[in-house]
Amino acid sequence: MRSMTRKMGVWIFSISLLGISSLWAKQEGFLQIKGSDTMVNLGQAWAEVFMQKYPDSSIAITGGGSGTGIAAILNGTCDIAQSSREVKQKELDEAKKQGFEIIQIQAGIDALAVVVSPANPVGQLTIAQLSDIFTGKITDWSQLAGQKGAILVLSRERNSGTHVYFLEHVVRRGNAGGPEEFAPFVLMMPSSQAIIAEVAQNSNAIGYAGMGYVNEKVKAVAVAKDEKDLFVLPQLESAKKGQYPIARPLWLLIRGQPQGWVKTFVDFVLSDEGQKIVQQMDFVPLK
Amino acid sequence: MKRYSEWFIERWIWANGIFSIAAVGLIFFFLTKEGMNLFRVYPFAEFIAGKQWYPISEPPKFGILPLLLGSFWVTLGATLIAVPLGVASAVFIAEVARGWLKEFLKAGVEVLAAIPSIVLGFVGLVTLVPMVKQSFHLPTGLTALSGSIMLAFMAMPTVVSIIEDALTAVPQTYRYGSISMGATRWQTIYRVTVPAASSGIAAGVMLGIGRVIGETMAVMMITGNAAVIPHTLLQPVRTMTATIAAEMGETVRGSEHYFSLFAIGLVLFIITFVINLAADYFLHRKK
Repeated sequence: MRSMTRKMGVWIFSISLLGISSLWAKQEGFLQIKGSDTMVNLGQAWAEVFMQKYPDSSIAITGGGSGTGIAAILNGTCDIAQSSREVKQKELDEAKKQGFEIIQIQAGIDALAVVVSPANPVGQLTIAQLSDIFTGKITDWSQLAGQKGAILVLSRERNSGTHVYFLEHVVRRGNAGGPEEFAPFVLMMPSSQAIIAEVAQNSNAIGYAGMGYVNEKVKAVAVAKDEKDLFVLPQLESAKKGQYPIARPLWLLIRGQPQGWVKTFVDFVLSDEGQKIVQQMDFVPLK
Repeated sequence: MKRYSEWFIERWIWANGIFSIAAVGLIFFFLTKEGMNLFRVYPFAEFIAGKQWYPISEPPKFGILPLLLGSFWVTLGATLIAVPLGVASAVFIAEVARGWLKEFLKAGVEVLAAIPSIVLGFVGLVTLVPMVKQSFHLPTGLTALSGSIMLAFMAMPTVVSIIEDALTAVPQTYRYGSISMGATRWQTIYRVTVPAASSGIAAGVMLGIGRVIGETMAVMMITGNAAVIPHTLLQPVRTMTATIAAEMGETVRGSEHYFSLFAIGLVLFIITFVINLAADYFLHRKK
């Protein structure tokens, strides 16, 4: 009999837990934000300030890559997607087929840094040279005024918006539908952090990551569109002025026109306060 | 009263058994249904034998040969490490060790099984990967070998505990007979006990391989994920499991890329199914 009541107790407890969790999921100001790994920390910073400002709200941020976020918007499993690439026509069509429109709102700018080891004498590269490195035409640092050594090329995984941006704007030199591909031997790293970690301990490695990831253990390379152009380092000023050639907009994506809490959040992101956070997180604000 | 509860319990167990089989059947059905969609738009021969994996290019290339070979190399390496070690330690635990040492080792192997794979992957990333890089003078330590070593650790508990069971099940009279003929203990082990348990040993090896080929997280972290056709264990590889894990989040439901990942899942399912079938065959061969 005693074990009977204990069992009942467990049942009641778990049922009430279920009840509480379902209530929580339906809570008014609950926003699910998903997408770009580049923007996860930025989103987290926005959310922290936003939740302090609006104590009724609660925001969950997850990464996984821009593609993940866009897929989640299409599958209806998040409220806002963060994306570091533009939505493809194919994806816009898919949304239309489902009966809604994806609204794209620019929230900031990210400058992509190309990083090498501080021990590497190479300090500047053109887009064409970068393309040749990532497609496997240049395979040794001695071909680039560096010391002899096979280049270890690092890229992000395919679910990353950074991967797609780099593919279209650097590997394919701005021609998004071009025939160039990452060489098969390019290592696909699961995160920007992993790229930075590998470059930091490997003097023959080259990789790319958002400007915010650059630290003292790696060296950012100055990049120019072509040899005649100025070589520019990825910095706040150069990106803001549009001088740095590999900078890209950061997007918030929404199912249809923003309403309710989604609108409140978007307005907050675009406000001076939200844009100040963009700068604090080492991205480039819009204004 | 007793009869009723007997009846009820019997039915309950029956329902549970049927349920798990039905679940496997449904999983297989779902995998096939989604995976087969790919072959409506993409030829099967190019899928299995294609040498290029560029799922997000236009037009996409879904050749899984590099992924199949990647899984194959990692599994082969892990098997070569895990089997001799596993057999040796199982023989030691079952035949040589006595008393507290035996209990201690048995418990130790079980603890090894309890370590989450992501933890092993992380430990491998910071300790094993730099070690492999230095000892073989490689451009990077993110190679099939690193994955193999880490996976060997993951397969060990399965291999050891099954083989140990098989050895313990060998009738004591075999050993007495051998020793009374004047054989030493070592001769008894490798001429009598181990051959007598051979079917159990084969089953243990097979299940270990099944465990290795399906492992995902650790592999994704330490094998580099480059979709090349690998020629040695010292190259980066991309396994089938890592491909599914890395790319599933990005795909839109119903796209070719989505179906191609299911098709990989189907291939993986068939491989592990065959391996488990083989293990089962070895286990029941004697009866």
